[in-house]
Amino acid sequence: METAVQELPDTQLREDLWRPLRAPGRAWTLWTLSSALVVVAGLIAWGYQIHTGIGVVGKTRPMMWALYITNFVFWIGISHAGTLISAILRLTEAEWRKPVTRAAEAITVFCLMIGGMFPLIHLGRVWIFYYLIPYPNERFLWPNFRSPLVWDLTAILTYLTGSTIFLFLPLIPDLAHLRDHVTGWRRGLYRALALGWTGSDRQWHALERAMKLMAGIILAVAVSVHTVVSWDFAMAIAPMWHSTIFGPYFVAGAIFSGIAALIIAMAVIRKTMRLEQYLTPKHFDNLAKLLLLMSLLWTYFTVAENLTVWYGNATAELNVLEEKVYGAYAPFFWGMVVCNAVIPFVLLSIRRLRTLTTSVMASITVVIGMWLERFLIVLTTTSRPRLPAAWGGMYHPTWVELTITAATFAAMLLLYLLFAKVFPIIAIWEFKSNEEVGH
Amino acid sequence: MEHRWGMAIDLDRCTGCEACVVACHAENNIPISTPEEAAKGRAFHWLRVDRYYEGEFPDVKVKYMPVMCQHCDDAPCEPVCPVYATYHNEEGLNVQVYNRCVGTRYCGNNCPYTVRFFNWFEPQWPEPLALQHNPDVSVRPSGVMEKCTFCVQRIKRGKNEAASEGRPVREGEIQPACAQSCPATAITFGDLNDKESKVSRLAESGRATKLLEDLGTKPKVFYLQRLG
Repeated sequence: METAVQELPDTQLREDLWRPLRAPGRAWTLWTLSSALVVVAGLIAWGYQIHTGIGVVGKTRPMMWALYITNFVFWIGISHAGTLISAILRLTEAEWRKPVTRAAEAITVFCLMIGGMFPLIHLGRVWIFYYLIPYPNERFLWPNFRSPLVWDLTAILTYLTGSTIFLFLPLIPDLAHLRDHVTGWRRGLYRALALGWTGSDRQWHALERAMKLMAGIILAVAVSVHTVVSWDFAMAIAPMWHSTIFGPYFVAGAIFSGIAALIIAMAVIRKTMRLEQYLTPKHFDNLAKLLLLMSLLWTYFTVAENLTVWYGNATAELNVLEEKVYGAYAPFFWGMVVCNAVIPFVLLSIRRLRTLTTSVMASITVVIGMWLERFLIVLTTTSRPRLPAAWGGMYHPTWVELTITAATFAAMLLLYLLFAKVFPIIAIWEFKSNEEVGH
Repeated sequence: MEHRWGMAIDLDRCTGCEACVVACHAENNIPISTPEEAAKGRAFHWLRVDRYYEGEFPDVKVKYMPVMCQHCDDAPCEPVCPVYATYHNEEGLNVQVYNRCVGTRYCGNNCPYTVRFFNWFEPQWPEPLALQHNPDVSVRPSGVMEKCTFCVQRIKRGKNEAASEGRPVREGEIQPACAQSCPATAITFGDLNDKESKVSRLAESGRATKLLEDLGTKPKVFYLQRLG
């Protein structure tokens, strides 16, 4: 199937891969407008929250963190879809990755943009968020570098910068190619972004070196980012947050949800842009196997986390575990187990059942399950502080946080729709020999 | 450091009358929640009286335990604040700088005693309580964390008065509102650096324990265990 693509005539390749960039169809316009509408609703909700006070969300004492932090961890997790997977595949020279990588890298950048908003939305006084940034000021006061939140800010901004570069580098030859073949406002845009690419040998070598280097760097950054996100919890002494397993657990969970998001995004792109020849069932099958592997790893981590707490029988931890497994949050916990372990295992481990459709179905449940996992981590611990007098109960979100949550999903869709309209979602040059591009 | 403020609470003497809670509200300009907000768990009480029940109805015993900021020497709330809104001052007080606070609420999650309170909205007082604000205490705006300060304004005033008279602070001269108002004199406040002070002697007595001591937070509130 891969070879079939390579053998396609250039004219058809160009036609197929450029088609999405043409004048928008009705479906595209409709989806873009409706997702933009939801994003606007979210912005209005945020404005209302800033104006009225953060009390308009369902947070209480002791549950001081809730849906926003859940969404934050969730989106940062999904962001691992791209860069990490793409970097691994690039470094291992997996040839089948070619049509997948850009779609994946774009997910990373957009997820980080969205996820990175949540710590701001979550703040009680967002208008002074810059206190978190190390800038010279008249009080000679730096941020507190001992705080995991400052590590977090640093890690996420690093990852966003790195993954933007990682997305941009392989775009350059395509942008140059487009620059030479289009007219109108796009021409100016592509010319500016192509950075004077001519396709000379020197440039190709430099690009290849840069991409290899970035792939290596981004792997380290990606692992560190989700470890640091987990340390927002693990560095606290709250029961069941203070756990050494959280770093690797979060990294594995992030890759897990990342692959699921990638499968969903690829299926949507394949369908809507009619790229069936490029994104073949073989690609989905490979990714589904990877998803199954991560599902098993996630199950192992989850068992390890909860079994040790249960066996250890320490009161404060056990209170959280009981609330999670048999208490008010039990439906979410068992729902998560079904979504993340049972369904992927049944659908993906039995060869007869593992098809493109079931892979997408399993991916959807995994995304839901991983959201639930973050929800449970945030809320079961905060609702069961050490002194029983301060215990909380079930969390009830309000319309404000639900609207903002919905708006971020819409924002993801919107960014993706816009990106796919302006930039080729599949790297054109990777299908062509080097000499043909850029002249 | 010259002083190291601490508190001893005699659980045998505490009757659970909550006079301390009311005094704390009045002294520290603590907002009064509406019933709806309180039902959500958003009531503000820098000092709360926890109740523990023993036995089955009708043979029930209630035990009271006033809990406020423990002013830990190794306070878990302090390192996690990204903007130094909460830090340790030279006298061992765990202080909250309202102007610095951006409202991440991380300190609230990391406090094992759950004694930190967040201003979800602009603070409110039903009439006529809005007219009785303490001029020595700032009113905290929306989006800011707050908690027991050991009545830092009274400590300041006491030290200033002593300094203007050119003498050291006298034992018992500085009293937080809770200690002052306790009809059973269950709460003792003083300087732990002064080995002769009442609070030092109580802290050294066999009855003194610290809440959740095994976490290593080194609280400066000592609970004198019940004998009866």
